[in-house]
Amino acid sequence: MASVSGMDQQLLKLLEENALVSPETLAKQLNLSVDEVKSRIKRLEDEKVILAYKAIVDDDKADFQKVKAVIEVRITPERGGGFNRLSDRIARYPEVTSCFLMSGGYDLLVFVEGRTLKEVAMFVSEKLSTIQGVLSTATHFMLKTYKEQGVMIEQEITEERLKVSP
Amino acid sequence: MSLKKTAPMTDFVANHVRSIPRSGIRDFFEIVQSMSDVVSLGIGEPDFVTPWHIREAAIYALEKGKTGYTSNLGMPRLRKSIARYVQQNYKVEYDALSEVLVAVGVSEAMDIALRAVINPGDEVLFHSPCYVSYSPSILLAHGKPVEIPTLAEDQFKLRPEALKQKITPQSKVLILNFPTNPTGAVMTREELTEIAEICHQNDLLVITDEIYSELTYGGEHCSIASLPGMRERCIFLHGFSKAFAMTGFRIGYACAPVALIEAMMRIHQYAMLCAPIVSQEAALEALENGHGDMEYMREQYQLRRNFLLNSFKEMNIPCFNAQGAFYLFPKITHTGLNSREFAIRLLEEQKVAVVPGNAFGESGEGHVRCSYATAFDQLEIAVERIGKFVRNL
Repeated sequence: MASVSGMDQQLLKLLEENALVSPETLAKQLNLSVDEVKSRIKRLEDEKVILAYKAIVDDDKADFQKVKAVIEVRITPERGGGFNRLSDRIARYPEVTSCFLMSGGYDLLVFVEGRTLKEVAMFVSEKLSTIQGVLSTATHFMLKTYKEQGVMIEQEITEERLKVSP
Repeated sequence: MSLKKTAPMTDFVANHVRSIPRSGIRDFFEIVQSMSDVVSLGIGEPDFVTPWHIREAAIYALEKGKTGYTSNLGMPRLRKSIARYVQQNYKVEYDALSEVLVAVGVSEAMDIALRAVINPGDEVLFHSPCYVSYSPSILLAHGKPVEIPTLAEDQFKLRPEALKQKITPQSKVLILNFPTNPTGAVMTREELTEIAEICHQNDLLVITDEIYSELTYGGEHCSIASLPGMRERCIFLHGFSKAFAMTGFRIGYACAPVALIEAMMRIHQYAMLCAPIVSQEAALEALENGHGDMEYMREQYQLRRNFLLNSFKEMNIPCFNAQGAFYLFPKITHTGLNSREFAIRLLEEQKVAVVPGNAFGESGEGHVRCSYATAFDQLEIAVERIGKFVRNL
């Protein structure tokens, strides 16, 4: 495990909210020096505490033709490794955007993304279902996104706020 | 039929209303409204929208057809929740059914508290710079406002000597507001104990406006009502606007000994009847389940405060380390401008709105109020523009 302090956690929370905040601003918010902020971020990146930085995009506005689906997968656990080896194998497909081990009626919840319905269907039937150890799949296509990673797609309107008030 | 020449309309307006000056903020507001692309640090309300579960509770109340009056004092469930909250967080016990009054914001609570206790000519003391309504509310209640200036070098705390100097045989009420709008000042238990002693000696009633009390960044908040013997001479005012981002719900409350609540009730029942039921339902949800949201918002304010304070330091704008509310009150006298000139030029040249300190009383002259209840990206732009402005002076 990487060693993460309380200050690191505060820093991570701020970056989780907005990864583009400048080190200068972070330094002022947390009462640290700019160099200290930079070196903390660097260490957190090196230790893979911070895995990546990405933008959250409204696919409709960006006119991205994407088909997204979530697949419930039942798999056979293996002696010694449990679900890990097979889950890792499934997660490595580029079509898979997220993959979780679940409790309940199925084992893996797999999020996939493709350009067309056919592409996603092919991935499920040709690749996912044919892996040795995969017992069954149930695919649900996503129709509309309302909220993505904590961000509402339709932003709230707040412009009616008075510009000066007592 | 010939019309007689009509008298000017102002003739109908009561003298004591006519004597109330226009709010300095109102003036400034009109200039700001006429401009576009303004980044505003002039806003005295949270920039957060009311947390969803609280809004949802209000919607649910409407769905269930809760659209009628409530008891004058407010829904008993809400009053019980308020009494519990005040007991837990401020260590003062009030009887939920007879010593709590739910009002339309602290504004109404303050108004009826003053009207309930002031006889014409009674003097009401308050520390300034302060919230804009205190002096007019006192005048409207036929009292005499007595301002006690506080100073930047005292972190805008109320000093016991300053209070003593203003006390006369006519003094009846002392209004306190810590954390303070517009300065962000706070007072410790020890400092309040000295003030409480003076109140005992001079038989003063205290009206304590605790609207910002959840928003402190450092020491623990202490209410003067919790000090020995003070419960009996205090009207404790609080509301939901700031801590739960519920300004538009217009909901607050007063806690006080039964005789005082009874007196306030006599005015409230005829002037207002009751606070809106939907707002009361939302307030109940806020108290019962809103703690996490409040903590989150408090943390965000603290980060912004640090950012703004450090930015002022960098720009060599002197500003005392305010420990509460969501305002900083930097001193701008070194620029050679007065509060109003500074605010207007900053607005015209860099399109940043701050409020001139003298809008909060003469003792605020030489300062401007900067609200950090402003989205972070806006705060960053504001800081950049203020930097440009002071460099070009």
